[in-house]
Amino acid sequence: MIKTDILIIGAGPTGLFTVFEAGLLQLKCHLIDALPQAGGQCSEIYPKKPIYDIPGFPEVLAGDLVNNLMEQIKPFQPGFTLGERANTIEKLEDGTFIVTTNKGTKHHAPVVAIAGGLGSFEPRKPLIDNIKAFEDKGIEYFIKDPEMYRDKKVLIAGGGDSALDWSIFLADIASEVTLVHRRNEFRGALDSVEKVQNLKNLGKIKLVTPAEVVGVLGAEKLEGVVIQKSGDNAEEIMKEVDHFIPLFGLSPKLGPIGDWGLEIEKNAIKVDTFDYQTNIPGIYAIGDVNTYPGKLKLILCGFHEATLMCQSAYQRIYPEKKYVMKYTTVGGISGFDGSKKEAPKAIVKAID
Amino acid sequence: MSDIKIKITDREGIVHEVDAPTDMNMNLMEIVRSYELAPEGTIGICGGMAMCASCQCYVASEHELPPMSDDEDAMLAEAFNVKDNSRLGCQIHMTEDLEGLEVELAPES
Repeated sequence: MIKTDILIIGAGPTGLFTVFEAGLLQLKCHLIDALPQAGGQCSEIYPKKPIYDIPGFPEVLAGDLVNNLMEQIKPFQPGFTLGERANTIEKLEDGTFIVTTNKGTKHHAPVVAIAGGLGSFEPRKPLIDNIKAFEDKGIEYFIKDPEMYRDKKVLIAGGGDSALDWSIFLADIASEVTLVHRRNEFRGALDSVEKVQNLKNLGKIKLVTPAEVVGVLGAEKLEGVVIQKSGDNAEEIMKEVDHFIPLFGLSPKLGPIGDWGLEIEKNAIKVDTFDYQTNIPGIYAIGDVNTYPGKLKLILCGFHEATLMCQSAYQRIYPEKKYVMKYTTVGGISGFDGSKKEAPKAIVKAID
Repeated sequence: MSDIKIKITDREGIVHEVDAPTDMNMNLMEIVRSYELAPEGTIGICGGMAMCASCQCYVASEHELPPMSDDEDAMLAEAFNVKDNSRLGCQIHMTEDLEGLEVELAPES
């Protein structure tokens, strides 16, 4: 069981900055995120794109903003549960919460802050009727352990970087790699496109384009797929495969959080703007995941919401204490790691 | 400045004729959101960067549209329910040339 003061669901910019504001109040944080890395949309969707409305940064790349936030919160030693999705929440008699992920990791905290952005990123699944029946029985949307494809017949669908990169990687492991894409052109790093071209010339990757997988076949497990070729040589072909790996990117879904009994409006969680608390006391929602009159989905608004939320969380955890806000310029920063940052002290000394 | 009239068929098949301002730097995805023709959180997820395809639409009228950028083309190559007349709403800016534009929102995916 992981224990912390504030359990943050979502490690995007808002969730990360919460660690800083909580740290100033000597509260410890732990973050859960379905993605394998911190940063949320900033890392997953647009790391190389500039943002122009972060106060004090005339221009900052989304990926750099995440790196800076990670550096800023380092003294407060946040814990991370990455690559797992928060699934269920249970309120105990003492008012604290236990949040369990899809992999069974349990987290215990008196305060839960949902900073889930648009939700957790789930793989985009092709629209094939019985595809669900073969999930984990030959159809995988993520490649976790490349060894499971050794000496197997593998078919990858998609035209982006991950489809290219995995085709290259598996060409040496699988007995056969087929890459199916809707276009003749692939879009990815130049290096990857060239490598696939070489492997195709060597006969190590079979390319089927322009084409789409339209059906999946099998009894107990996947045994083959139906490929619809388009263009001049339009035809339907059946292909025997052991594994079908559709790689069409990720799309965010609110997911299990939607079933936690929280008031939802317009795919977002309703909060009180006094402290960004939800209809369940002790559960807060901050950043893009919340909604209230006048809401703007901006990173800078998420930072503000996180700051006020931490004050309320402090009162909830220490109802008897009175906290007086101190500027970091005055009070400095005392990390949980023993580090101390503070403004240089002026000295009073006569100059002879 | 003048507004233009455009026809948008929502995901339930209901046709809406709406006024779209041409002087507010708006794109089709934002017009759909401003009239709430699709639930928040199901359209314009990436905010208009041509990186999610949640604003995919089918263009039914014969208007000449701006050419596709590489980003839009790549996104549509990965998206589902794509047809020959598919475009990303976020890449269609409202201009006076688009008076009478008719589009249908693609299913949510």
